Amino acid sequence: MSDTSQADTALTTQDGVPLKVSIARALRRQKIRALLLVAPLFLFILLSFVAPIADMLFRSVENDLVPSTLPKTVVALQVWDQHSGTLPPEEVFAALAADLKVATKAKTHTRVGSRLNYEKPGISSLFRKTGRRVGKFEDGNYTEQFLKADKKWGDIEVWQVIKRFSTPFTAGYFLAAVDAEQTEDGVRFKPDDEQIYLFLFGRTMILSITITASCILLGYPIAFLLSSLPLRSSNMLMILVLLPFWTSLLVRTSAWKVLLQQQGVINDTLVWLGIVGDDSRLALINNQTGTIIAMTHILLPFMILPLFSVMKTISPTYMRAAKSMGASDWYAFWRVYFPQTIPGIGAGSILVFILSIGYYITPELVGGTSGIFISNRIAYHISYSLNWGLAAALGVILLAMVMVLYWMYDRIVGIDNVKLG
Amino acid sequence: MTLQRGASVVFDKVQKSYDGEVLVVKNLNLDIKKGEFLTMLGPSGSGKTTCLMMLAGFEPASHGEIYLNEKPINNVPPHKRGVGMVFQNYALFPHMTVAENLAFPLQVRKMSKAEQEEKVKRALEMVEMPQFGSRRPAQLSGGQQQRVAVARALVFDPDLILMDEPLGALDKQLREQMQYEIKHIHENLGVTVVYVTHDQTEALTMSDRVAVFNDGVIQQLSSPDELYEAPKNSFVAQFIGENNKLNGTVTAINGNICDVRLADGTMLKADRVNVGAVGDATTISLRPERIETVVNDAMENKITGHIEELIYLGDHIRVRMRVAGNPEFIVKVRNRAGEQKLARGQEIQISWFADDCKALDPVG
Repeated sequence: MSDTSQADTALTTQDGVPLKVSIARALRRQKIRALLLVAPLFLFILLSFVAPIADMLFRSVENDLVPSTLPKTVVALQVWDQHSGTLPPEEVFAALAADLKVATKAKTHTRVGSRLNYEKPGISSLFRKTGRRVGKFEDGNYTEQFLKADKKWGDIEVWQVIKRFSTPFTAGYFLAAVDAEQTEDGVRFKPDDEQIYLFLFGRTMILSITITASCILLGYPIAFLLSSLPLRSSNMLMILVLLPFWTSLLVRTSAWKVLLQQQGVINDTLVWLGIVGDDSRLALINNQTGTIIAMTHILLPFMILPLFSVMKTISPTYMRAAKSMGASDWYAFWRVYFPQTIPGIGAGSILVFILSIGYYITPELVGGTSGIFISNRIAYHISYSLNWGLAAALGVILLAMVMVLYWMYDRIVGIDNVKLG
Repeated sequence: MTLQRGASVVFDKVQKSYDGEVLVVKNLNLDIKKGEFLTMLGPSGSGKTTCLMMLAGFEPASHGEIYLNEKPINNVPPHKRGVGMVFQNYALFPHMTVAENLAFPLQVRKMSKAEQEEKVKRALEMVEMPQFGSRRPAQLSGGQQQRVAVARALVFDPDLILMDEPLGALDKQLREQMQYEIKHIHENLGVTVVYVTHDQTEALTMSDRVAVFNDGVIQQLSSPDELYEAPKNSFVAQFIGENNKLNGTVTAINGNICDVRLADGTMLKADRVNVGAVGDATTISLRPERIETVVNDAMENKITGHIEELIYLGDHIRVRMRVAGNPEFIVKVRNRAGEQKLARGQEIQISWFADDCKALDPVG
């Protein structure tokens, strides 16, 4: 009873330490232990996932090459008005000569050349050629010597490009990634017949939606069957659903090649059955059809598993209750069962859609030219054209698209409604 | 005034087996009258829920016919039987509000919007939850969900309501309250109710008649008081209420009374309910509250018991005694002024009427 007077003031322990301090002290050990438990994985993710992605994202705007290779030229160009219609003054040529002499020794001038070549074809060879001669340049009258080395130096556009890319950051890769380019008159989209990335983004979206839809159509009945069977048989069937996971992705995709090609199993069977003529065999592979068929097959388990786990929790008494109230089988399914499976459809769709939008191997192997995705283009820029900046910009756009879709999905369906198990 | 709108149900020689080897329901004959509250009571696995599911149409009968309002319904699918049902876990649709749940059977019947609203409102008022229409089932307590489930089963005015252990998930106090509410709704509406439970108190307080199931057979079908006071066999006596058993042998039969000798030689007189002939084994069943701890000469049976344990329960004292070699013999002594003080270890005289102890079929 004597303690009640103390309750009005701040709570303290018997020793007079404030209670909150005491609790924090008692919990500190627990917090440190929890932190230490996750630390290895956290570091691993940081080093192997977050850092490379951040680096890649940064590459999409990075433009360090020109300012670092041609530092004096960049400074000298600041006074030149690129809209004046005249060549830069002599000081700029002098600065460029000094920069190039250094760069040629370090053999970095070709890198600048190939970077600027993305913007204006021909610059690469211009830098290469000039690099060979710049060592022999005499002091003074640089403008004339440059024009003698290559008359392209008299082209104002070359200088405009150099000036445009003399800032440390650029939107150039992003513009290229949406088929646009920066010109002196502002941003301009390329003509329709030169557009490629927007078209590929569009195709990637449409094919991913098609694949997601066919996964729902094929997976829903299977998940329904699995969830309504007794445990023994549903376990057996579940193994069949999971079987593809234990087979190499390449093997499965190659198997589709065998099945779908013009002289393949399916076409042969159809011809044998007389459904299609021998001269009009179906083109099932190396086009969009091939991509859709193979990817639906590969991603189907990602739809079935969340659907199954949601359906498993729906008690059969709901259907019975609906029927006892007079609903026919179909009405009870549509009004009572189906709405409760929407969280599963949502989870499966997000999984399948996000996986397919970034899929690479299968479209590469069975997609031909009409069935490839934007990710195949990204891979091309990383491995062959070595335009990493553009690859990074394409990747950023892809990531942004997924995030926007995720956000829209959250607004419409509600991410809380998604159940994976 | 009650409207006599209930339906009649007849089970005619109904048998049910799931695997073709074991009969879950053996030759069931049951006649349920219009407006009756009939409870199917029994331990789990006794076949009572199977009977209910056959009546609802979710399980086909393996043999025999079920009649609803004199029409055979074996081939009528569940959604055409027009039977309201309350499920064990309520089965309220989680993605619909309370009002949408109640409107569901009305939408199925393509009633007009205005009519639906009117009926939903009335049903919610009936269960005293008029302001809960826009809530989701998950936002309701167990008791409230229970009421909504009852309202939903009634909202489309069925003549027959089936209830499958509807109060099983509620705590004791709420269960008792809901028992009275369901009883009152039944009395007010006059519908026929078939109620399945394994809780004997529930069966006794609510029902007009109780069918006690065991092993796929109705052991006894009678009113609650008859069930308690005049059980027809040992299973019913054991299952309903508390009960003392004494095993013995029949030595003489005089009309309705028979003499029984217990294992230790004690002679008792008992009501002859379910014994064959002299020399047969029998189990005597005796309710603890029918035993007097003062000597009463009008009572035929007098015997001495040794008090093993006293349990104080407020309104009465449970006395565990050793009587005729049975150490689990329970006597309930009312707690009132002037009653003799009992103490552990004491030997006292107890007595009861021959009519109050029933000689039934022997159990181990």
